[in-house]
Amino acid sequence: MSLKLKALLKSPWVFHLSTGSCNNCDIETLDCLTPRFDIERFGMLLAGSIKHADVLLVTGSGNRMSVERLKALWEQVPKPCLVVAIGTCAASRGIFKDSYNCPQPLDQIIPVDVYIPGCPPKPEAIIAGVVKLIERVGGSQ
Amino acid sequence: MTFVYLIVFGFAATAALGLVTSWIDRKVTARVQYRVGPPFLQPFIDIVKLLGKETVIPAGASRGTFLMAPVIGLAGVVAAATLFWVNQFFEGGFMGDWIVAIYLLTVPSLSIILGGFASRNPLASLGASREMKLVMAYELPFILATLVPVIWAGDLSISGIIENQSDGITAGHLSGIIALIVALLCVQAKLALVPFDIPEAETEIVEGPLVEYSGPGLAVFRLMKNMLLFTLPFFLIILFFGGMRLNGINILWTLLEYVGIVALITVIRNTNPRVRIDQAVRFFWGPMTVLATAAVVLALNGI
Repeated sequence: MSLKLKALLKSPWVFHLSTGSCNNCDIETLDCLTPRFDIERFGMLLAGSIKHADVLLVTGSGNRMSVERLKALWEQVPKPCLVVAIGTCAASRGIFKDSYNCPQPLDQIIPVDVYIPGCPPKPEAIIAGVVKLIERVGGSQ
Repeated sequence: MTFVYLIVFGFAATAALGLVTSWIDRKVTARVQYRVGPPFLQPFIDIVKLLGKETVIPAGASRGTFLMAPVIGLAGVVAAATLFWVNQFFEGGFMGDWIVAIYLLTVPSLSIILGGFASRNPLASLGASREMKLVMAYELPFILATLVPVIWAGDLSISGIIENQSDGITAGHLSGIIALIVALLCVQAKLALVPFDIPEAETEIVEGPLVEYSGPGLAVFRLMKNMLLFTLPFFLIILFFGGMRLNGINILWTLLEYVGIVALITVIRNTNPRVRIDQAVRFFWGPMTVLATAAVVLALNGI
């Protein structure tokens, strides 16, 4: 594995992006930063700016308004970058599958590396998903 | 020889110690918040990762200045650290290098201001203008406070300040203690840590001047900040505790002083809320300048 990717997996700074979710997934994501779960153990930090991010945590069903912003952010993020779809909405649009406002699932807009189902997923599930992503990317090289 | 001083001590040793200090800072922060905290090599891994990322230059940014600003800041902190190392361990230095050190320690802040204005981002410009006000606020009390050891030593060179403290450190006098307190609070602002992290306020202007930096540019800025986290306590130890002595039992004493200053800075940053820029300016131009002036007057009268 290249040093570049190895270092990336040891210090993935996450950027939290909501594309029209009901906020439950966002609350659970922020839970991971609390002392009880402490993701800084794995070197993860919450990046305030998209330019500092290595991992995009996307929640929500991707409605017409936010999809444009999602595309703009995906173009701005410095590569290499991984994408995590958190929650049923981000993974498959959930109950909004037939909605007029959610034309496309997330993985047809930007490449998604891991899906974490749940409505909302528990913080444990989110951490387990990210750890699995790190293992998979690290192992596949 | 100059090359060895600059690269081995000024850059490599300062960077290594700065990264370790940054780990101490993050670990103590984590423990204060009842967390486990990052592994030992984390600050180093962060820098390596950032060096491997893509550099995104924002549209309409002043390209040359945007890319040069981190390098200027790093050069400033390397030069300042070299000056301290040489004075401390190699009996180098020259007449009046205390003044040069004060100038060089301002260069990192200036580079952040340059980078912020060059990146054509409203948040970055706001952060840079706040940084500018903060520099103007803390420089006056900082210079007054660091003048106290100069008065006690009667010498403008750093090696002279170290030598004159061999029979009694500056912090052993009342004026020295007052100056040390003022200098510590100014160092807190120089490092842009809470309660004076106004230029970078993460929750309101997302990292301020650094908002548009990615990849190697951000890596150099982070390295610069980590090196500053070592260089400034080093400067304080030279001025107020008679420098780092590495003979016999003194090595423990030096270590205690260094870790003590770093831990104090970290605890201040973890137990205080952020102040507004006008409050910070009032704080530094009011009570801090008065205290620093009082310390200078006391030192001139030999108290």
